[in-house]
Amino acid sequence: MTRKQKNQQQHTQRQNDQPQNTHPINNQGLNTQRPSAGERYYLGVDVGSVSTNLVLLSENGEVREAHYLRTQGRPLEMIQKGLADLARRYADEQIGGVGTTGSARSLASVVLGADVVKNEITAHAVAAGQLVPGVRTILEIGGQDSKLILLRDGVVSDFAMNTVCAAGTGSFLDQQASRLQLPIEEFGGLAEQADHPVRIAGRCSVFAESDMIHKQQMGHALPDIIAGLCEALVRNFLNNLGKGKTLEAPIVFQGGVAANAGMKRAFEKALDHPVVVPEHHKVMGAVGAALLAREAVQRASGLTRFKGFAMASEDVRAGSWECGDCPNLCEVIEIVESERPIARWGDRCGKWENSLSVIQTERAAEAAAELQQG
Amino acid sequence: MKVTFPHMGNMDIVVKALLEELDLEVIPPPPITKRTLSLGVRYAPESACLPLKINIGNFIEAAERGADTVVMAGGIGPCRFGYYNQVQREILVDMGIDLRMVVLEPPDNHIGELLNRIKVLTGAHSWWRVIKAIRIAYVKCQALDDLERQASRLRCRELNRGDVDRLYQSGRDAIDAASSVKEIRQCRDDALTRMAALPLDHALRPVRIGIVGEIFTVLEPYSNGFMEKSLGRLGVEVSRSLYLSEWVNEHLFKGILPVKGHHRTRKLAAPYLSCAVGGHGQESVGGAIEYAQEGFDGVIQVGPLTCMPEIVAQSILPQVEKDYDIPILTIYVDEQTGDAGLMTRLEAFVDMLERRKQRKEQAAR
Repeated sequence: MTRKQKNQQQHTQRQNDQPQNTHPINNQGLNTQRPSAGERYYLGVDVGSVSTNLVLLSENGEVREAHYLRTQGRPLEMIQKGLADLARRYADEQIGGVGTTGSARSLASVVLGADVVKNEITAHAVAAGQLVPGVRTILEIGGQDSKLILLRDGVVSDFAMNTVCAAGTGSFLDQQASRLQLPIEEFGGLAEQADHPVRIAGRCSVFAESDMIHKQQMGHALPDIIAGLCEALVRNFLNNLGKGKTLEAPIVFQGGVAANAGMKRAFEKALDHPVVVPEHHKVMGAVGAALLAREAVQRASGLTRFKGFAMASEDVRAGSWECGDCPNLCEVIEIVESERPIARWGDRCGKWENSLSVIQTERAAEAAAELQQG
Repeated sequence: MKVTFPHMGNMDIVVKALLEELDLEVIPPPPITKRTLSLGVRYAPESACLPLKINIGNFIEAAERGADTVVMAGGIGPCRFGYYNQVQREILVDMGIDLRMVVLEPPDNHIGELLNRIKVLTGAHSWWRVIKAIRIAYVKCQALDDLERQASRLRCRELNRGDVDRLYQSGRDAIDAASSVKEIRQCRDDALTRMAALPLDHALRPVRIGIVGEIFTVLEPYSNGFMEKSLGRLGVEVSRSLYLSEWVNEHLFKGILPVKGHHRTRKLAAPYLSCAVGGHGQESVGGAIEYAQEGFDGVIQVGPLTCMPEIVAQSILPQVEKDYDIPILTIYVDEQTGDAGLMTRLEAFVDMLERRKQRKEQAAR
């Protein structure tokens, strides 16, 4: 056998006995199910730094359920809590597919058995494109990050994400609201009563806060100060992310902060254009993940990898250690479900990751054998 | 004299070869780890850029192992790097670490100046020995660059994750151990052949991304969050605008060797940025244009936070983006090691390029 043939043989063999990540169906070899004929929903989960959102989307793209939970630094618990809420009203067979996004998207995908794992930018763009057809500019402000996404002909053509600064994000607004002992929901409404917004330094949250305090001590009215703060945050957003970009209408404003009427008005003033806040602005990431899941499942001829609502009460834990096998000293993270490791990541060489895929292949083989016997 | 030097990509192997050929005792700094970074961040000025911080960490760790002399490059022009060796020496002296600094600066007009500086280290060796040492080091440098180029090209095609990196690593070790020009070339050829023989997806038509930016953050994978590897795993063929051998040839040898230089790159940048702004500002602009002309799908600019030359380039790149219709993503790096944010940006960028590519292909049909 020539070397080339040998390679080809190895190549096909490997393809056969090792599940590929890109393979649309079931790379874990477990829990594949075909949903029943009844109405099916797509589960989208967005686990961010501040909020964990779950959305159920119907086959034709309508939002049936939208859960908005605070992550509180405990993503695993919150995913399970959200799942438990849904488990009361829905059965496993009704879930046609699962998509995850947000900074804890890999974690969520392992717990749920996701059909697609996507970054927030793509998820937000997909959701806005569906709910606001023809959108060309997306302003998104979440808890810890802000994004500017430009679309042309329905495709992302440019984007920016805040890099080094959280001065223009939801957490800072939250913090100011609590300092003023105002519920965050009333914060934006107050800004609308302003007749003369005060100028506040917006480059950095530390400057902004001390400037705000100074203006308060000088006797400016609260609505004026709050409106000034909103304008400062908008300036910060546009300076940070809008550099050299042309923002064209229609413009959509989404993310948790979009609920704030003062921010919406400040954007409209700065951009001199109406700004649309979609109904589900808080959970757009999850909507996008669900839409992407629908797409992925269609490609996989209707098969989903969803592990079922039972996962809500499963004992899932995360642990980590520092691998000392080479000078990289990678922090390896392991997700354990009922004493079985189900995922590992963080190692640069792939040693731990790959060791698990071997276990998975073995388990997939066992499962297949059981199925044949049964 | 026990000599050490800062890390930058594969430079440890090259400098080690050079110094060992000259019979010097070499103590390379241990590989860059979180400890290196923590030491650097602790003792460097807060607003200094990442290369300085990592260098300081390298020197401290090398001094712990007994090094007493540092060889490092200097620089000219508006980039702060030019005076880093002095700043670093002062910081180390303050800490009570007494390291002698030998600075290799680009020669002002003749290569003899560089040879003279190296001579400080070599003492009694004949010029012939010095030139032989430089040759061995340079051949190693080129061989390592060839391996890196191949690895960045093939990583997206590997069917078993990690194959390419394993072979790259073993090839790197072999070149490190090789002692003659012939042996080095043999090691390189072996590694390249073995990489090509891996189970690869030859049908893949990947998105191609070019990386431009500041030299340290482009060459040193630890500093950029192992960006090339991450992109490869996202299915991207990566090319880099800058390799060590090219830089050595241009800056230390005044371009006398027949290696691809950056004359053309700077020429391309001229309509946008006609003078040197220090560092690799001009090359970043020119490099982006070069990649656009070569039909790449996107460009990523990498630089350390607060790097002035890269900020100048960044402010010009949106115009290049428009004129040449190629998306450009700028990423600044600093001491942050949580890579979720970096991965999100890379993934979103790759997603965007893939969709664009599909669109273009559909339109062409």
